[in-house]
Amino acid sequence: MSAKKIEKSFEAAVKRLENIVESLESGSVPLDQTLALYEEGIELAKWCGEKLQSAEVKLKKLSKSVEGKFEVTDFEE
Amino acid sequence: MLKRSLETSYPSIWLQGEVSNLKKHTSGHTYFTLKDEDAQISCVFWRSRASTVKFTLEDGMKIQAQGAITVYPPRGNYQLDVVKVVPVGIGELQAAFEKLKMKLSAEGLFSAERKKPVPEFPQRIGIVTSETGAALRDIVSVISRRYPSVDLLLIPVRVQGSGAAQEIASAIRDMNQFGEVDVMIVGRGGGSLEDLWPFNEEVVARAIFDSRIPVVSAVGHEIDFSIADFVADLRAPTPSAAAELVVPNRIELLETLVNICYTLSQKLGDQIVWGQNAVKGILASYSFNQPRQLVAFLAQRLDELERSLSVEVEHSLKLTRSKYHSLRQRLESVGPGNILRRGYAIVRKGEGVVMSSQELQPGDRADIRFHDGEVPTRVEPK
Repeated sequence: MSAKKIEKSFEAAVKRLENIVESLESGSVPLDQTLALYEEGIELAKWCGEKLQSAEVKLKKLSKSVEGKFEVTDFEE
Repeated sequence: MLKRSLETSYPSIWLQGEVSNLKKHTSGHTYFTLKDEDAQISCVFWRSRASTVKFTLEDGMKIQAQGAITVYPPRGNYQLDVVKVVPVGIGELQAAFEKLKMKLSAEGLFSAERKKPVPEFPQRIGIVTSETGAALRDIVSVISRRYPSVDLLLIPVRVQGSGAAQEIASAIRDMNQFGEVDVMIVGRGGGSLEDLWPFNEEVVARAIFDSRIPVVSAVGHEIDFSIADFVADLRAPTPSAAAELVVPNRIELLETLVNICYTLSQKLGDQIVWGQNAVKGILASYSFNQPRQLVAFLAQRLDELERSLSVEVEHSLKLTRSKYHSLRQRLESVGPGNILRRGYAIVRKGEGVVMSSQELQPGDRADIRFHDGEVPTRVEPK
């Protein structure tokens, strides 16, 4: 699984990382697979680190028109 | 003389009025003025008695107070030494609360099996509260600090007065109809029982129960429970606490990531000791040189965070940073280049690496490789 495929979900990335660490800790993985898991883990960790970098919380307002249509607008205090 | 006369004439009276000028002293004693349209009296509520009150006294609250008139001779003024306070109107509201609580409980609206799990890493968080209240500001500020990589979506509603309950309930339904939020916070800051009342109404309880999106309730003070709290998937004592419950802490997450990188490198290092043939290739490979870059990358994230965050989290960052430094040292020490220097050695027989004591028989020749050279040896007879 590449980091691209899990782009939608931070949760899945963290789960997969924990998974990789568990496999490696079990000690039963052959070297070539270790390398592959290791590379995948490093890639995932990097992706997660990037996700946490985001600058500012975005606050928006949700309103519903009389016709029942939703509209998302910037929140102004 | 006056003191004795007053204090013996009014050993215990009940007065009704509105609380104003409320001061809670650090000693635990509470001072306030009780007033109605045409009169007022200073009141003192000693700590030992004030601490037994089940609700929070607030300015503007209507109460009945029982106590004795006492005189404070140095200033010559008299005051009510309060023994007991009862909120006015509490009787009816309390009765309505208990009745609805029993009814909804019997219907299973509070049952633990019906509670939905709250996602660990939400991307979009719905908020149903007043757009002018402190609750919204508190939620935004906590989330900005802990985990700013989310979108917040507010449906502004009135949170007190008549019609508020209907607005809250319909906002919860709208949020569900809109659909694109992972979890929602429904609540308001503290207030009197009357102020919090919309969150004790059936229409709000049912909207929370029917919500497909997990609801975290955040109503008022820590000590009060509202009906909304019982129905919600998760109950937070205050809006700030709700914000802390719905998002993870990114500093802890970064710390976990650094730990994971360390573990990954260490596991790879362990395997390399046993797979000497692979060592040269891996040492040269791009991926092997990644962890150091990654630690540097994460460290940079920490630097950025440190610059942008407030003082209250600085301490926690410093801790993370010192952990990261020791991790980096450990990470460097597990690199294959250093493994032999750490006291490991590789035993070879002919061209092959000896992996087990079973592979060596008395009389066999073997070479032991240290970080600074090789020593030829022979296995002694048993």
